[in-house]
Amino acid sequence: MTALPQSCEKKLGLVIDLDTCVGCHACVVNCKEWNTSNYGAPLSDTDAYGADPSGTFLNRVHTYEVTPDVGVPQIVHFPKSCLHCDDAPCVTVCPTGASFKRSEDGIVLVNEDDCMGCGLCAWACPYGARELDALAGVMKKCTLCVDRIYNENLPEEDRIPACVRTCPSGARHFGDLGDPDSDVSKLVADRSGVDLMPEMQTKPVNKYLPPRPKDTLLQDSAALELVATEPKGFLAWLDKALGAL
Amino acid sequence: MNPAPSVIVFSSLTGLGFGLLAWLGLGIPDVTGAAAFLMYALGYGLALGGLLASTFHLGNPGNARKAFSQWRTSWLSREAILAVAALLIVAPYAFGRVFLGGAPAELGWLGALACVATVFTTAMIYAQLKTVPRWSTPMTPVLFLGYAVGGGALLAGQATLATILLAFLGVVQLGAWTLGDARFADVGSTLETATGLGAIGSVRQLEAPHSGTNYLLTEMAYQIGRKHAVKLRIIGFLFAIALPLLILQATPGGLLWMALAVVCHLVGVFATRWLFFAEAKHVVALYYGK
Repeated sequence: MTALPQSCEKKLGLVIDLDTCVGCHACVVNCKEWNTSNYGAPLSDTDAYGADPSGTFLNRVHTYEVTPDVGVPQIVHFPKSCLHCDDAPCVTVCPTGASFKRSEDGIVLVNEDDCMGCGLCAWACPYGARELDALAGVMKKCTLCVDRIYNENLPEEDRIPACVRTCPSGARHFGDLGDPDSDVSKLVADRSGVDLMPEMQTKPVNKYLPPRPKDTLLQDSAALELVATEPKGFLAWLDKALGAL
Repeated sequence: MNPAPSVIVFSSLTGLGFGLLAWLGLGIPDVTGAAAFLMYALGYGLALGGLLASTFHLGNPGNARKAFSQWRTSWLSREAILAVAALLIVAPYAFGRVFLGGAPAELGWLGALACVATVFTTAMIYAQLKTVPRWSTPMTPVLFLGYAVGGGALLAGQATLATILLAFLGVVQLGAWTLGDARFADVGSTLETATGLGAIGSVRQLEAPHSGTNYLLTEMAYQIGRKHAVKLRIIGFLFAIALPLLILQATPGGLLWMALAVVCHLVGVFATRWLFFAEAKHVVALYYGK
């Protein structure tokens, strides 16, 4: 049923630390590996070894350059997957009932047996979290590794999403964001976590921790200023001699 | 947005078809027998052809019948139900008109209402998407309804009615373009809000997440339309509105002139509807620096 639950007992989601993400794409690879070999249709690739490779991914890492008004630019690696929004517009637009949000833990899922592949949910998502698989013709999205987190056949340390499990820099955290006393909620409070595109009114569960303030050493770019514009002494002679050649 | 041909054919033809069926339901024109048969055949042909085209872009059409189930929240589901309901309500009325020399007027009015409501739900599929600011305005249903009743009147051969409605449609279309141009900025989505990094400074894409293309880029970051937008607007306006108006006002009329006006209008509708999709920018394009 595509009506959103009135409230969710838990709000499971991710907290992504943009300060520590190194942009290695390990989460992208492990996400693809887990989700192509387990629940639902595989994440297909087309022309994977040809001139125009393309494929379905549930998690992608962008890289941006942020330039402050004063000081030097910085690079921010930016992993992006489904934010499991409280007000998920992708769910309510679904005509077949394939898309739904679970009331027990807030995870947004697609029942592939009901999906007709119209793509309207992908249009309704501001974050590009849903991709229609080119081969299977059904909508694929992050399941928050629902087949790992409750899976008692796995060792306990593996009962977290594949992207979180594999992150070598500890930039991804998984937990209940509906519980103000959970580790992830405290992390969001401590680091002033933000919502992506709040103007879209989706109330995302996943939060992003902005990079911590940079060292002020390069604040006014002084260290990057030229120390000499005109050569002196031997260098002045060399400059003159080479110029005359 | 990627203007998939099947979606353009779907929304253009169903609009015209349901527009014509709505006028016929109101008894405009008041036809029976063979004339009614031809007109209803045209209306049903356009509406059914359009609905059939809408299934061509589905990735998994085997599940299309399930689209009738989620009317509580989904405009696409409501559209599917109303379209079928409208065609079923109009059917006995059309049968009466064609074979029995008449049918109860109330049934015709109900059919007309269902036809207009179907076009409204089609428009709401697009108008509900906050992610496409150009579409998410009340102008979208007004525009779709304008095309349906204007084109429907033209197909119904109503010169005076079509003149008034096409003139109205011209104003609505120009208004929709003008207001639409400012919508993205009004909504305020930028790469800064998209990444939450605006508090630090201005953001630009340094490296894309992948070297190839993907579903999101082909589907939602389509840019060809924007390049030729002005030319296409002129072509679309000329064919959909200006030329049919000229034919209606400056020629003696008759079946041939009417048919020419209809063909012009159809060409214009395809151009403006193509632009409706191609020109619309989805906020996800921001993440890709587009």
